[in-house]
Order: sequence, then C-alpha cells, then structure tokens
Amino acid sequence: MNEGTAPRGLVDRLLGLNAWVVYVFFYAPILLLIVFSFNDNDNVGIWTEPSLRWYGEMFQDERVMGALRNSLVVAFFSTIVSTVLGTMLAIALERYRFRGRGTLDGVAYLPIIIPDVTMAVMLLIFFFQAFGVLDDLFGVRLTTGLTTIALAHIAFSISFVAVVVRARLSQLDSSLEEAAADLYANRWKAFRKVTLPLIAPGVAGGALLALTLSLDDVVVTQFVSGAGSTTLPVYVFGLVRRGVTPLINAVSTVMLVASMILVGISLGFQRGAEARGQRLADPEGLLEEISTD
Amino acid sequence: MRRTARLIASLMVLALVVGACGGDEGAGTGTTPVEGTGTPDGATGANCALDEVDGDLNFYNWSEYMDPELVTAFEEQYSVDVVEDFYESNEALLAQMQAGAVYDVIVPSDYMVGIMIQNGLLAPMNDTAVPNLSNLLARFTELPYDPGPEYSAAYQYGTTGLGVNVSVVGEDFPHSWALLFDPEMTDEFPGGVSVLNDPREAMGAALKYLGYSLNDTDLAHLQEATDTISAGMGGIATFDSDQYDEALVSGEVAVSHGYSGNMIIGISEAENPDDYEYILPEEGATLWIDNMAVPANAEHPCTAFTFINYILEAENGATLTNWNYYGTPNEAAVDFVEPEVIEFYAPTFEAEGLEVIEDTGDYEINFTDYLAQAKS
Amino acid sequence: MTAPPVTEPEVTGPITPELEKAASKAEARRGFLIALPSFAYLVLLFVLPLVLVFVYSFATRDATGQTVLGDWNLDSYKRLFSAEVLEIFVRSLVLALVTTVICLAVSYPFAFYIATRTPRVRNVLLVLVMIPFWSNFLVRTYAWRVILGSEGPISQLSQLLGGEEFRLLFTNTAVLIGLVYGFMPFMVLPLYAALERMDWQLVEAARDLYADGWTAFRKVTLPLSMPGVVAGSILVFIPALGAYVTPALLGGARTVLMGDYIVSQFLAARNWPFGSALSFAVMFVMLLATLFYFRAGARTV
Repeated sequence: MNEGTAPRGLVDRLLGLNAWVVYVFFYAPILLLIVFSFNDNDNVGIWTEPSLRWYGEMFQDERVMGALRNSLVVAFFSTIVSTVLGTMLAIALERYRFRGRGTLDGVAYLPIIIPDVTMAVMLLIFFFQAFGVLDDLFGVRLTTGLTTIALAHIAFSISFVAVVVRARLSQLDSSLEEAAADLYANRWKAFRKVTLPLIAPGVAGGALLALTLSLDDVVVTQFVSGAGSTTLPVYVFGLVRRGVTPLINAVSTVMLVASMILVGISLGFQRGAEARGQRLADPEGLLEEISTD
Repeated sequence: MRRTARLIASLMVLALVVGACGGDEGAGTGTTPVEGTGTPDGATGANCALDEVDGDLNFYNWSEYMDPELVTAFEEQYSVDVVEDFYESNEALLAQMQAGAVYDVIVPSDYMVGIMIQNGLLAPMNDTAVPNLSNLLARFTELPYDPGPEYSAAYQYGTTGLGVNVSVVGEDFPHSWALLFDPEMTDEFPGGVSVLNDPREAMGAALKYLGYSLNDTDLAHLQEATDTISAGMGGIATFDSDQYDEALVSGEVAVSHGYSGNMIIGISEAENPDDYEYILPEEGATLWIDNMAVPANAEHPCTAFTFINYILEAENGATLTNWNYYGTPNEAAVDFVEPEVIEFYAPTFEAEGLEVIEDTGDYEINFTDYLAQAKS
Repeated sequence: MTAPPVTEPEVTGPITPELEKAASKAEARRGFLIALPSFAYLVLLFVLPLVLVFVYSFATRDATGQTVLGDWNLDSYKRLFSAEVLEIFVRSLVLALVTTVICLAVSYPFAFYIATRTPRVRNVLLVLVMIPFWSNFLVRTYAWRVILGSEGPISQLSQLLGGEEFRLLFTNTAVLIGLVYGFMPFMVLPLYAALERMDWQLVEAARDLYADGWTAFRKVTLPLSMPGVVAGSILVFIPALGAYVTPALLGGARTVLMGDYIVSQFLAARNWPFGSALSFAVMFVMLLATLFYFRAGARTV
C-alpha cells in the first residue's frame, strides 16, 4: 500500500541518494575497523600489509580472554533473569488489574529514560552503602564483582524487556487467551500452550535487547565492577585510553561478528515463533493445538 | 497491597541509611575498611612468610610502568596470575581505595603514601616477607612521608617535565612552562599541547609558572593558576596521563607534559629522535618518588609481599629501570643498570629547582576541585 | 507443572455478584503475584538506589574526599547554579539538541524512503539498518577514533590531496559526529515504525486534495508520523545529554560535558554529594524533557 504513494521522480531520487549516503555513513567506519584489524603495522592508521598477527595476540592475551569470559557470563545470567522478570512484569501490567498497577507502570518506565551515568551512580552508592551496612551488622565483607555487575545489568534490562513484550501483548487478541483459559483446567497450561507461543517473538526480541544492553554496557559496569572482574567493553575502553593499536580492532571485529551472529539467530528464532503464533491465531490451529495435549 | 509494599520499601531505605550513620560516628560511611580486617593478629599479612603466596595478585599501577616480562617471570616463578589495572593519578587511586576497591599492591607517590597512612588505608610492611627492603639506598629508607619505611617500599623515582618537538617549536625555545600555558605560543603550535590529567601535576605546573611553590596553600594563588590554565585552554589539545609520549612523537601535539622515563623512551623509539627533547623548565618542576604498598583490605597480602620482595631483588630492580628509564632506589640493582640509563637519571637529585609534592592536609582537595574548574 | 497458588472459587450455582467480586479479587491477586518478583527487584535495585542518591546529595564531603552522612546541607544544589556547572550543562544541552536535530533531519527522509519501498526491499533495508544498531556501541564509536586521528584515513587522504593534516579528533565536532553516528539508529527505527503503521490511504487522499506532494506531506504525513518523531527524539536526546563514552573517546578530556563531569565526581574529584546532586538534576531535566516531548507530540495530532 505504501509504495503506491511513494513520491515521484526527482524527490524519490534524492531520497534514494540520501539513503545511500546514510548507509555508507553507517558501514564505512565498521568496515574500516575490520580491514585495519588485519594490518601488520603497530600504528592503526597506516596500512602496511595484511596479517593475522593481532588475532593471534588477542587469543593469547589473558586479560582480553578473561574480560570476554566475564562479559559472556554476566550477559548470560542477566539476559535470562531479566527476560523472565520482564515478561512477567509485562503480563501483569498488560493483562491484569490490581492496586498499585499505576505506580508500578511508572516505576517500570524509569530505567528506560534514565541516563546510564545516573544509573551507574545510583548503583555504586547502593552497593557501597549495602556493603557497609552488611559489614557493620554481620561482619560480612562483600566486594563488587561479577555478581554486582549482573545485578546491575538485570536492573536496567527488566524494563526494556517489559516494554517489548507489552508491545507484543497489546497487539494480540486477548480473546484467544480467554478461550484457552476456558478450555484448559488451569491457567498455567493455558499460558504455556497459548499465550507463551503467541508472545514468543516479543520475548525473543526482549531477550535480544537485554543481551545487547548487557554486552554494550560501559559506564554502569565500570562503576560496579571490582578488580579482576572487568568486562570486555570496559576493558577495551581502558585500552583505548592507554594506547590505540590494531589489537583493539581485532577485538572489535570479533565483537561485531559475534553480535551479528546473535542477531541472526534471534531474528531466525523470532520468525519461527512468529509462524507458530500465526498458526495459533487461526481458530482451527488453536483447536488443533489444544487437542494435542 | 500497595501500602504494604511502600512500607517495606521505606523500611529498607531507613535501615540502610541508619545503619550507615550508626556505623562509625559520622566519620564517613564504610570508609575505613581497615577496622576488623586482616588476620586475628590485627595487621593484614602479618603472618606471611618469605616467598609465600596466597592467590593471584591484583596489581594497581600507573600505566606503562611495569615491565611485562618481569610480570610474566613472576607469574611463572610463583605459579600465580597477575591481574593489572591502571590509574591516571594519585587522586584517582585514592578515590578507588575510598570507594572500597580491593587490590593487593598499589603504587602511590610520595605525598599520597602519607595521606593513605593517615587514613589507615595501608598495611604495615612485613619485614620477614620482604627482606630485600635492605637493598634500598639509605636516602629511601628515611623518607619524610614514611620513615622506616614502615608501610611502603620505594619503587622508582623521576621528574615531570616537558617533551618538546624541536622541529616544530624551533631550536631557540624557552625552557619554561610557558610552552604549555602561554596562549601566544601554544596557539601557534600545530596540534597544541598535552597536559597531564593529574591535579597536583597540572596545578603544580601552573603554580610554578606563576612563581609559586608546588605546595602553596593560598587559595588566591590557586585561583590564579586556574585562570592561567583556563586562559591557555585554546592551545591545550588534551589532558592525558597515559599517552603523552605517543602523542608527542606521532605529531598529535607539539609539546607534551609528562614523566621523564616514559618520555625519553618514547623519544628514543621515534623515527627522528633528534627532533625531540625532554626538558625541565627553569621555573622548577616535580621530583617524585613512587612506592609500592599493600592496602589494608588486600585479599592476597602474602602474594603482595612476595611480589614487592621480588621487585626489590637486585637484578629485577635493574631490569625494571632498564625498561622504563626511571631512577632505581635499589642500591644492589645499580650494578646491573645500563650506563646510559644511569646517565639519564643520575643528576635527578642534584638538579636545581625541583620540588617534591607534599601532603597539604585539609587543603589537598582544592587541587582536584580547581583543576576541574579550569577544565570546564 | 503445579497449579498456580491462587485457586478459582468453585462455581456450583448461578453467577452471583459476590462470586464475580471474589473472582475479580482472585484475578487481581494473581496479577499482583505475577508482578511481585519484578516489583521487588525494581524496588531494591532501582527505587532504593535512587532514594540513596537523593539522600547523598544533601550530605557533606570531608577534607579527604569521603562522604559524611550528616551535616545535611544544600551546598551541592547551590553549586548546581554556579557558572561552572551552568556552562557545562548548557554545552551538553546544546550538543544534545544539535545531535537530535541532525539525526532527525537525516533520518526522516531515510525512514520515509524505506517505508515507501516494496515489502521485500523494505525488509532488506531494515536488516541493513539493524546490523549496526545491534553491533557493539563502544566498538562503533572507537571506529571514529581511528578514522579521525591525525594519522587516520581521512588525514592521509587530505594530505594526499595537498592539504594539511586533518585534525578533527579531540574537538567538539568529533564528539558530535560520534553522537550522531551512535544514536541515529534510535531515531530511524521509531520513525520507520510510525511511518509504516500510518494509514497511507489518507496520504493518497491528501495527494488528490492538494495540488502538490509537498503540501500533502506537510498537512498529513508529517502530523501522522509525529509519534515516531517524538519517540525518536527522546531516544536520541536523552542518551546524548548524559553521554559519557563518546566524549571520552573522541573529545580528549578537553571539553567537559555532563556525563564526564558526573563520573569524575566519583573518581578523582571525590565529591559524591555533588555528583549525586548532579545526577539527580540531570535525571530531573530528562523527565521534564520527556513530558514536554509527549505533550508536544500529543498536541499536533
């Protein structure tokens, strides 16, 4: 429907040109980054000859590998917990009415509009205070580390997951879920067999978002991490401050490729979930699904 | 339901806040983790034996200050991992320590050692575990900020001066801090200049430029220094404590404020070393002594002492100096240091106009505040 | 799988009002329970920290830079209005606004173009936008550091063409480029979503009504896409205002912006009360901006 109303002639050409420029703008830096990671020169900007030297160095660099491992561990836990909590939050807010829903709704939106610097400050002070109190009351001396990082990531990811899942929920016809509720003896089964598959694309999207937020985060992590518990972006950030070498390019390329693969997987999963959801939306499909119990 | 939730939430807040206040008579919240830490004997690592290790080493240091080969050798010899982290200035180090960061070995400068001792942040040096303390030259055992030494072991010493690109600035350049702060000069330099991102060093340089002492405690003078830096902001390309040497030899800046050893190495590795010079301005510069110390809340104090002992060995001390071109306080190491390196740092203590940074007590925080003001 | 803890009231007779009330109460309780874990988590790790920041903003800093939770005062807030802080704030505000405007100006035609292609082309174009979006933010910003360096490709190019070394790194322009680059996808996606969801029949009708396409656009398309403009603007303006990573990488510690200023209060500057006041103030401004945007967006439709 849209394409019929596309502007004609010159305007369309100009728009097309603009689009091209934007794509070049988006991709040129990334491509340059990748290309120069294969550079044999110590100096990042000057091209000498192609080599895999920096990739070799990267895989042998304990700090890099350690930081990578930390990032993955934190991202894993953060994504799972925040996806579960976020989905539950979304369902509660969208499908139920209870006292305090309004306040919760507002509170749930705050982490989205809060700048990450403020979030970092909040959590730093929180952990600092909490550890102090725990020490005074119980003599237990905790320190910041991977756990605090994961807790922090979950804190800001829940809301994002909730928003995505809510968007999906609001698009659904709730009568489907009601029908399922009538047909199934208990709510949980109705949820598992009908609602969950229907919102699966949303949940997947939310999970991907939580994963990306965790892997991307610099400031919050920097404030709540401890010695030896750096994550990859924070480590790269520190490296850049101290000296720019193609090693960083190599690390960056790996991070880029990894995120692209992740996106690919997630999109594929979302497509699959979408298809399944379509099947359920059709009354016959729904009936079939329910009868095969 | 909502009311209950609110009640619980407010109770939690109250608990945290009250718990903090009641904790230590308003002297600060969880600020001195020293209390009740360490072994039953009281001091952290008091029971460490010679060559004992109790886990991996968390090493917090200035950047480009420790030879990676020494680190690797230590790791292999003692079968532990060394995790290195870096800070830009003593104030950044102090901030982290106060916020509760846990490290095993840190490298504060002279005045900072004094401040940390006063705030109970350091563990006493364990003489049994660090016998190589006897390798130190006499003058490094009776330092004003830590006589003994009781809490630290001298690491390296050097000066802070200017790296100058002679080909850009001209042969006849004034040996003065004006190279950093005089807009008439700096505006002409392609790329500008780089100043250390360090409150005492940056403000100190400006104070010296104005003819005052580094340790001047007159706020009016400090304000003058701030104004000088602000006036020169047009020519200041960046505040950098890590890359000042690379910035100079890569042509990013024409004049670079930095530490002696790193600057000299950077220059010697440049394509045209003769284009650059390291100078000490006539108005005076900083002479500093860095020291290894073990924080009171260190989790692996034995490894820490073993590491310090390791660095204080004659040959290792020499390796370190040969690598970073800073002065070694290690008498036993001198025999193994290369002559050209000795030549470079030997005159340090005799040079004129050099001042050591001192702890100015309650006034100290102003340096940080005024530098922030100057930058904005 | 076990049944949920709340049981339905048994229906043994006609549906009475009491039964309905009991049912809806059970409903509400179930909803609350489902929301409870997230609610508890958010209260503990979000609301509580926020309150703490607020509390800290009234605390004092002692001579060694440590925070004293006593001697409550308004010093930190008073300092918010000092010339130094206002300058930094205005600078950050202007930078964020310019970033938002540039993003909008470039993204709107871009999103419009995509929205008016055939579905197949649209999907491809969208995926091509998503890829940079999902790539690591730090890495994308770092790329510019390399490009803009005085030994980077642009510099080499300009030297080849006879000009002098290109020095864009460590300037405000570099930061602006970095911000626009980093946040443009946040503008494109909401805009596209709004444009795609529009009822294009209205646009066609407008085309017939109005003599030229431009008026049709101005009178119909633009107002209808306003929600997207608002959403995109918020998603760009807010992070841009509090940006830390981009100015740190590309700005050279020379120009101080709000993000870095706040962070430094918790690092070398060791002034947690002041840093807390700043954080709170920034958040407050963003809340206002969000409300303002929403009102503005709502009015035009």
